[in-house]
Amino acid sequence: MSDLLTLAVELAWWQQTGIRAVLGLVAVLLPAGTLVYLFLFKMMSFMQSRLGPMEAGPHGSLQLLAEVGKFLQKEDIIPEKADRIVFKAAPFVVLISTFLLVLVIPAGPDAWFIDVDTGIFLALAVSSISVIGILMAGWASSSKYSLLGALRAAGQLVAYELPLLLAVVGVVIQAGTLNVQGIVMAQATGEIFGWGGIGNPFILTQFLGFAIFLIAVQAELTQPPFDMPVAESELVTGYLTEYSGLRFLLFFIGEFATAGIFAALAATLFLGGWYVPGIDPTSDLFNVIGPAVLLGKVILVSFLIFWFRFTYPRFREDQLQQLAWKVLIPLSLANIVVTGVLKVVF
Amino acid sequence: MTVLAALEGMDRLSSGDVLVAQNVAFAIMAITMVASALRMVTTRNVVHAALYLVIVLAGVAGIFILLGAEFLGVTQIMVYIGAIVVLFLFGIMLTKGSFGDDDGVTGERRLMAGLVGLLVFGVMAAALVESFADAELSRSGPSTTADIADSIFGYYIVPFEAVSVLLLAALIGAIVVARKD
Repeated sequence: MSDLLTLAVELAWWQQTGIRAVLGLVAVLLPAGTLVYLFLFKMMSFMQSRLGPMEAGPHGSLQLLAEVGKFLQKEDIIPEKADRIVFKAAPFVVLISTFLLVLVIPAGPDAWFIDVDTGIFLALAVSSISVIGILMAGWASSSKYSLLGALRAAGQLVAYELPLLLAVVGVVIQAGTLNVQGIVMAQATGEIFGWGGIGNPFILTQFLGFAIFLIAVQAELTQPPFDMPVAESELVTGYLTEYSGLRFLLFFIGEFATAGIFAALAATLFLGGWYVPGIDPTSDLFNVIGPAVLLGKVILVSFLIFWFRFTYPRFREDQLQQLAWKVLIPLSLANIVVTGVLKVVF
Repeated sequence: MTVLAALEGMDRLSSGDVLVAQNVAFAIMAITMVASALRMVTTRNVVHAALYLVIVLAGVAGIFILLGAEFLGVTQIMVYIGAIVVLFLFGIMLTKGSFGDDDGVTGERRLMAGLVGLLVFGVMAAALVESFADAELSRSGPSTTADIADSIFGYYIVPFEAVSVLLLAALIGAIVVARKD
């Protein structure tokens, strides 16, 4: 990004930072809005043989704005016995984690926010901050449903962070770098048995990693079939129970923005990110079409995520923990060993 | 490469130059950290104490990044904020349960705690002054993740493996202690 900006006009550091902040906002909110309308409003409705929102705008396409307007008008209720400061701060802690996540994802050879050496490791580290926000929300609400929901969420997020990390390690070994841009380049310039026609998207060699990553993402997002933390028939809505108005909206945006960003991470790690075959990966053209390509891949991956969401029934708490500790973690460890051995052999 | 670029730029600085932006950032983080650390030990609410600890640990990560130790800073976030404080909060909420219990923290052993704290501070301060008295931050640029990996899995491989075995033993020990059957 900085290279791109300095090519066009010489901008001061604060101007670049301002542009980055605005673009960051767009990069978080645009995929989130797209996912909510495309999947939550429309795809879910079609899968349940109904039309979904149809009134606001053509095919209900302005429904999103109507929803935001509705939430903004609602009263911001804080329970009498709540810990006011922690209660108010909790949604922002979750959002901080979401906004920091988007920083490392590149949308073109020069179109990125920051180029950090630790790349994907940084992303996975900041994604774990949201657990603290959820625990804060659950505890500060001073309601037993909220507290139980938050504890369930924390147990689940900690359990599924491990397979999420370990699934990425296979990609990192194969690419030989933690830097996300480096991982995209490794895929764009890679070869499949000497044939470089489509690069080497890591989904081919790391399919197990991709599957584990998507399952773990599903659990990290606390959505069905891993939605015990907000299980409505048991816990009202878990840690969200006491929230209303703007603060509920912030949690809602956080959930779907995180879904979009995790989909972008999966697209970058396994599907080649902003790269499409046929064009030289260092070409400046990718700075223009890269974001659109990435958004397309994000929609593809999040289609899978939401398909699972609308299809499978909820797990039981013990089944969920068993799946993480007894299936996913051993599988991802085996994946790392095999990838490591093959990396040394070839 | 913002952090890296800033540090690479340091080559051009003469020793008398003052890095204004770095100093301002350090001051902001240091003041926040000290204030949060004080609140952490004076607040009577355990959950608040854990949340103040998050701010202190985030500040430590920030200072690591400011010094060019990017990998260390990110590891700090991952391990301390993402795992250890979450376990603290989890444990507190699971065992205490009662919300807003302000008199939960008693000051019975305040004197002992103060003494231990003073002792730890003394030992660490002495050790740090002893080893880094006049040392300056290396101007050869920050250490990259690859450098750290090379030194851990090359020069320090034996200590690394020893620590791994130690942690594994601790893990198995914890399971043995926790299991009833």
